[in-house]
Amino acid sequence: MRAIWKYLSDVLKGIWTLIQGMRVTGHYFFRPWLIVTQQYPENRRKLVMFERFRGEVTMPHNENNEHKCTGCGICEISCPNGSIEIITATVLLPDGKKKRIIDKHIYHLGMCSLCNLCVKNCPSDAIVMAQTFEHAVWDRTQLTKVLNRPGSKIMEGIKE
Amino acid sequence: MAFSIYDFSSFTQSIHEGLSNRLSPAGTLAVEWVIVGIVILLFVAVFGLFLVYAERKVCAFFQQRLGPMRVGPWGLVQTIADFIKLLMKELIQPARADKFLYNLAPFIVIIVTFLAISVIPFAKGLQAFDFDIGVFFVTSITAVGVIGILLAGWSSNNKYSLIGAMRSGAQIISYELSVGLSLITIVILAGTLQLSGIVEAQRAGWFIYRGHIPAIIAFFVFVIAGTAETNRGPFDLAEAESELTAGFHTEYSGIKFAFFFLAEYVNLFIVSAMATTVFLGGWMPLHFGNLEEFNHVMDLIPPVFWFFIKVFFVIFLIMWFKWTFPRLRIDQILTLEWKFLLPINLFNIILMTVIVLMGWHF
Repeated sequence: MRAIWKYLSDVLKGIWTLIQGMRVTGHYFFRPWLIVTQQYPENRRKLVMFERFRGEVTMPHNENNEHKCTGCGICEISCPNGSIEIITATVLLPDGKKKRIIDKHIYHLGMCSLCNLCVKNCPSDAIVMAQTFEHAVWDRTQLTKVLNRPGSKIMEGIKE
Repeated sequence: MAFSIYDFSSFTQSIHEGLSNRLSPAGTLAVEWVIVGIVILLFVAVFGLFLVYAERKVCAFFQQRLGPMRVGPWGLVQTIADFIKLLMKELIQPARADKFLYNLAPFIVIIVTFLAISVIPFAKGLQAFDFDIGVFFVTSITAVGVIGILLAGWSSNNKYSLIGAMRSGAQIISYELSVGLSLITIVILAGTLQLSGIVEAQRAGWFIYRGHIPAIIAFFVFVIAGTAETNRGPFDLAEAESELTAGFHTEYSGIKFAFFFLAEYVNLFIVSAMATTVFLGGWMPLHFGNLEEFNHVMDLIPPVFWFFIKVFFVIFLIMWFKWTFPRLRIDQILTLEWKFLLPINLFNIILMTVIVLMGWHF
């Protein structure tokens, strides 16, 4: 009697677990608005990447063409692939002191693994990850970018 | 020519009379055979391609994807393009394959599906052969399909094909029992093996309702066993893509592979059509007791549509199984059949017999 009871409860338990599985897949089947596939070339105008997405390293500039980069070189040190090169220049301040500023923040997108370590380690939050994703170019030299714009300078009040 | 979408028997009758007025009896028979053959051939081709498309779409929606979208609107022409590609491919024959059996196997598989389709009643009068032993014919003819699979695996000179074919053989021989017994459960209730008779007997109510508990159990056993018989869903270990590359049809290419592929989907249709005919009332419309207006509105929908609505319901159920459950191991498959489905089925037949004898059904 006990064996029969166990057999029947096994059958019912099995059916119950199968229904649980079908409920999960059915949940998604009857909610087509949850579909994640993007019709890419058609919707490229309104395609929004999710927040976590890392496209490339960029240096935001404000409207006065000012950035926050002090040229400290921590991003260059923290990069595991050596895809960042910092070239600094020295300028003479009006009070006679010498100050190191960024000359060129060179970024090799072709070598970058988008690990986010440079952005994490930047003490002045000068560089961020952009959400761009169409990176195809005709020549790999075009993958080497200078992040600070020509003629830009550091914002007031950024500490070394 | 009299034509009614609700009753095709006058339509087929008028074709028959028109032909026999012009031709000798033998000529009439020959022309009718050709017509039936072409109709079934076209149906298999079109419906098979449509089912492949439907499967890809349903699968995609279960997995939060869109499925084919590029060829035609919503990817509707995708399977036709795939089929044209298959037609143009080279037919490669493995070295040291058994040439005769290798070439014969896909034809056995596809002919079996044609034969099984010929007895399915699509609507009143829309049935190629109305045998007295329709249920018996379908179960026996679908069992022949496994010979094609075994031959394909055996003749390919490939160990994966052979393993796949042997698994398929063991599986189909086991599940044939459950399919037969669950159909017999309903045959006890219907009192006939003729498929049109079974449909006609459900005018008062579908058998899944009239036979209540044993009929519902038999329906689910039939759907599970039918899924196993078509080598689909969680029972697809004859192909077992991740272990056996493609199982018995690994070595086939081009049109011969297309035959296996098409036969698999048409078998899905046959299982669903049998479930519809035997359990869900065939082409009978949905009626509720004495809701006269509702019943009248349901009568307006032509029987062919009723048949296909129910068939698509069962097909969707089987696809839902396939895209939810993981593949079973061979010992689990045989355990499921011999330790669970078979005893439940035998008990179910006794239950149904008692219910029919005591008159406890509706």
